[in-house]
Amino acid sequence: MVEIITKIPLEYYIILASVLFCIGVIGVLIRRNALIIFMCVELMLNAVNMLFIAFSAYRGDASGQVFVFFIMAVAAAEVAVGLAIIVMIYRNTRSVDVGELNKLRY
Amino acid sequence: MSLSENLFYFLSFLAIFSALMVVFAKNPIHSVLYLILVFFALTGHYILLNAQFLAIVNIIVYAGAIMVLFLFVIMFLNLKKEGDISAKSVFVKVAGVVSGGLLLLVMIASLKSLEPYQLKADIKTDIGLVENLGKVLYNDFLLPFELASILFLAAMVGAVMLGKRESGERNF
Repeated sequence: MVEIITKIPLEYYIILASVLFCIGVIGVLIRRNALIIFMCVELMLNAVNMLFIAFSAYRGDASGQVFVFFIMAVAAAEVAVGLAIIVMIYRNTRSVDVGELNKLRY
Repeated sequence: MSLSENLFYFLSFLAIFSALMVVFAKNPIHSVLYLILVFFALTGHYILLNAQFLAIVNIIVYAGAIMVLFLFVIMFLNLKKEGDISAKSVFVKVAGVVSGGLLLLVMIASLKSLEPYQLKADIKTDIGLVENLGKVLYNDFLLPFELASILFLAAMVGAVMLGKRESGERNF
């Protein structure tokens, strides 16, 4: 399994991570369900994680992988608070449609 | 083509296909299941890159904890009817896809100005093992590691505070 870094160029990993990140961006832009938007944010976080690990493996530097560990810890905390906020929104508006949360506009 | 190259292309295809299905699936539960598939494909990538510790952590934290939380909330909120969510107009959807595609174009185009990365001959390949990663984590990154515990405490308190019912609140 170690020989992958000699077979696959680093650019392929950059392209894969870019594609995943952009799919996440598109999801945030076109969906209105707050839960799906939140999942797309997770997708973007994971694309960045994969890029970090690829760079770290290709450079032989462990700092990148430690950084991914911290990103995962922060993402776990973010999900706990974010889902609490979404449940709160549902309790008050009876839906998770972000299109209904437009009071701040006026 | 060797086995690891084939595995790379298969896992990449699986990750991108599942990511597209996360965005375009109608049912939120299907979205969550496809997202779990994305995480498993990325875990395969981590194993291919010899980052074994992070592969296990990815399975446990993302596919295990975070996605169970998502599934629990979706089933708790009972979001079966898609009609609850007002559909965005086709114009907004096309605009979103176009702007996302342009972002991808910019990111890919910036690759052209890069020189191909030359791999060093004496590169360390065992950095992703638990032993080596633990040494780095507890020597160089000890302070951020301790600060992460404060972050978790704050997140815990915040989640409990947000979830609490208050007396003046509108409850259904």
